[in-house]
Amino acid sequence: MGQQLTGPIKDTTVFDLRLARRGQRLNRMCAALCSAQERDAFKRDAEAFMSRFGLSEAERELIRRRDFQGLIEAGTNIYFLLKIGSVTGSGLYRMGAQMRGESYEQFLATRNIRGAT
Amino acid sequence: MGRIVGGIGLSHVPSIGPVVDRGRTQEPAWKPLFDAYVPVREWLAGIKPEVAIVVYNDHGADFTFDKYPTFALGVAERYAIGDEGFGTRPLPEVTGDAELSTHLAHSLIHEHEFDLTLCQELAVEHGFLVPMNLCFPHTAGGWPVRAIPLAVNVIEHPLPTARRCYRLGQALRDAVSSYPQDTKVVVMGTGGMSHQLQGRRFGYLNEKFDQWFLDQLEAEPEGLARITHQEIMEQAGAEAVELIMWLTMRGAVARQARRVHRHYYAPMTTGMGLITFEG
Repeated sequence: MGQQLTGPIKDTTVFDLRLARRGQRLNRMCAALCSAQERDAFKRDAEAFMSRFGLSEAERELIRRRDFQGLIEAGTNIYFLLKIGSVTGSGLYRMGAQMRGESYEQFLATRNIRGAT
Repeated sequence: MGRIVGGIGLSHVPSIGPVVDRGRTQEPAWKPLFDAYVPVREWLAGIKPEVAIVVYNDHGADFTFDKYPTFALGVAERYAIGDEGFGTRPLPEVTGDAELSTHLAHSLIHEHEFDLTLCQELAVEHGFLVPMNLCFPHTAGGWPVRAIPLAVNVIEHPLPTARRCYRLGQALRDAVSSYPQDTKVVVMGTGGMSHQLQGRRFGYLNEKFDQWFLDQLEAEPEGLARITHQEIMEQAGAEAVELIMWLTMRGAVARQARRVHRHYYAPMTTGMGLITFEG
């Protein structure tokens, strides 16, 4: 791997090709959400949407439960995960609070200027 | 001949976009950021660039992992405003400079032997548009400069090294200098600074690292270019690897370029840095 990546980092997922392969179906599904029509399709029938992209049952369950950290570990790239967050009404900071194991209010209290949203 | 008249290193935090679109730039939480760009725009009005080369990363707006380029250069006459999953912002399309792009492609690939993906079509997103909003605000008539997107893979490892990004900047400087028209160019290195957007370390910031990075970028860019992705991620958060794109900007301005502006503001989840160089 060379010295650019020398080992795991605490509380951090490094999105590499291995993870990209694992998350291929999830990332492809999230990428489709760049289309307004596809966002509507997801909102109308998420189960059918997930079927179109061939998600495994475990992957579908992560989406159903809005398990954002689980989705990261299942190989969803964070920038692609944000697209799912958007259609499920979870903006970046709500997703982040969940990943930190905090409530939204608890998370905002850790910020320097919480009005900059 | 072509000339690089300035370089700007700046964050491209996506939440800035809606703040601009909804006229919220003077709210107390945002004013410190937007005030910092007033002198930058005055400086730009003085040096009068005609083209901005914007070094940024596509966050899954136009590229997917099916085919994700390491370095992608826009060679089109225009670039559409992309939808990265949150709707298309009400912005005019970007006018490119296909002649300059073509010259850059030839110089970078043949003389400097860089391996580029050449894009006849490229939809631009927040990584590109937020810096344009901050430095070159648009009017109903369009953007005040032509722009060339240069997208770098900083989201799927293996990424190009910081040193490779710096060398790309130096090659860009040479390529612009050999352009037969008297075109004035500004290079923008975007992204960062410290931030992490996943895991328990979501929201991680490191102002000490960010200020050190700004110091080194000005004084010792060759040394800074030896920083590894591991070091950046450990010290500044996983998503801070975007900072390698600032080295492309630094390589494109003169080694002894004068640093003009410097600013830092970290209200929420990203250390929003700003640095400018002239010459």
